[in-house]
Amino acid sequence: MTDARLRAVALRDSFVAEGAIAIETPILQPAGLLLDLYGEDIRARAYMTSDALHGEQMLRPDFTVPVVQMHMSNSIEQARYTYVGEVFRRQEDDPNRPNEFLQTGYEIFDRTNPAETDAEVFALLERSVSHLKLSAIIGDIGILMAAVDGLHTTERRKMALRRHIWRPNRFRMLLDRFSGRTAIPNSRQALLNDHISRDVPLIGLRSHSEIQDRVNALKADSAEPPITSVEIDGLDALLKVCGKLPFALKCLRDLAKTIPSISSAVLNLDARIEALISRGIDVEDLEFDMNFGRTSMEYYDGFVFGFYSKIRPELPAIASGGRYDALTQRLGNGEEIPAVGGVLRPSLMVDLERSL
Amino acid sequence: MTIKLGVPSKGRLMDETFEWFAQRGMSLSRTGSDREYAGVVDGIDNVALVLLSAGEIPRELAAGRIHLGVTGTDLICEKLPLWSKQVELIKKMGFGHADLVLAVPRGWIDVDLTDDLDAVAAMFRARHGFRLRIATKYHRLVREFLREAGVADYALVDSQGATEGTVANQTAEAIADITSSGTTLHANHLKVLSDGLILASQATLWRSNKASFNEVEYAVLLRLIERLV
Repeated sequence: MTDARLRAVALRDSFVAEGAIAIETPILQPAGLLLDLYGEDIRARAYMTSDALHGEQMLRPDFTVPVVQMHMSNSIEQARYTYVGEVFRRQEDDPNRPNEFLQTGYEIFDRTNPAETDAEVFALLERSVSHLKLSAIIGDIGILMAAVDGLHTTERRKMALRRHIWRPNRFRMLLDRFSGRTAIPNSRQALLNDHISRDVPLIGLRSHSEIQDRVNALKADSAEPPITSVEIDGLDALLKVCGKLPFALKCLRDLAKTIPSISSAVLNLDARIEALISRGIDVEDLEFDMNFGRTSMEYYDGFVFGFYSKIRPELPAIASGGRYDALTQRLGNGEEIPAVGGVLRPSLMVDLERSL
Repeated sequence: MTIKLGVPSKGRLMDETFEWFAQRGMSLSRTGSDREYAGVVDGIDNVALVLLSAGEIPRELAAGRIHLGVTGTDLICEKLPLWSKQVELIKKMGFGHADLVLAVPRGWIDVDLTDDLDAVAAMFRARHGFRLRIATKYHRLVREFLREAGVADYALVDSQGATEGTVANQTAEAIADITSSGTTLHANHLKVLSDGLILASQATLWRSNKASFNEVEYAVLLRLIERLV
């Protein structure tokens, strides 16, 4: 066994000693589900293969989805799992990044106390990498989601914003549009004014009634008042929150006075910090970034974190994870359970130890 | 002691490439029968002609099996993710113009921008239960373009030919394909999105960064480039 694999197995065994059940998942995953969850972008990151019998399959790009599926198909309510195995990622931009690497993971399915389970995963991974002099960044997608939910605007606009929380550029464009900061494009204006020829042949599956539905929706939307600048400024300020955790928390508490909808999400963060402190984490030294996790795979919807090397800043996260409550609902066939987890990259850990 | 020049092995692209080199005092020609993909270069010493399918030229350049090659920007960008490191642009040749564009049915009066396409994709998925399908053979370029544009809820379906017909045949809702004039698109009741230009391509002479040159070959390369640029 290589050093990395020995380490990966040792880490898993240490998680088993904490009470986690060791599990395995297939390397080949049905592609359809992953494509439905992540969209076409996953093809840029995962290796596809196929056969006539099973159709398109993907070499496991991560463990979370198969672990969630496995848990949701069992009748167990609560569980802690750990696993070791390779994940595969296409690398088309950076030849120095491996396209196959080991992960050791730890996942908790438990509805009793989210703050405690968040802290449990974080502290467990922190303990595993504490000798490597890493810096940790945390974030909380739940705060941003709460801010969007609380906007005084139509459900339709909120849905559009929620859909693009993980695409920061498009999210920004939508905000600018809904707040009237950017002008309505000429073609849209012409459509709204009915200055557009309808005498055009229509082909394809999308029907006249679908087109009319959208035209009606656009007209209805144009009659809605813009999202106020007070609310947009609040969101802008929220998205800029970044810095050492005590400072960031103070900013968030101040913002909660003008954006009351984030109050309970900020209280959740408070509770999480307390839970981290009680597990011996030096929270004064944690970095908080409101945008952290927004460009990763779109299943994290609460607490997110990553550990990075200070001496090798070019390396990807040595450990990372987050909360994915909505994913269990999506894969749960009517069931749901709050869940949080994280992974370690043993080969990076072994590399870093050599360079220490 | 020769450098290898790869050019498209058939069609208009080959004819125009031959013409372009002829205007610069170098005559390219095929040897033997029409079916034999070998050729010669007259008018300059130590350059060998290799006739290849335009689609294979990027790979041959990246592998360093040819020193120089003529092919479209579209094929280089689609097939070589690290193209700016793998090949060097020597000269845009001014023919073989073709744009890779995103097109939707003209009857979609509510769609003019990628912004509209994204909104329609969300509604389409909610209505039909599957993602809005875009037919193309340029998967990587289209995917990168749509990611940059922030479009979600679409699926790329592979189409290696007659792509304009896929919408009418209901195997796709939109297409991304090469067009030189837009006439074919119009005839198939499609329109290009106003911000749907994915890549403007033309025939281009590339140099491989992987192919090795000895002293003599390097001198040949410099002499050749001097006459072409």
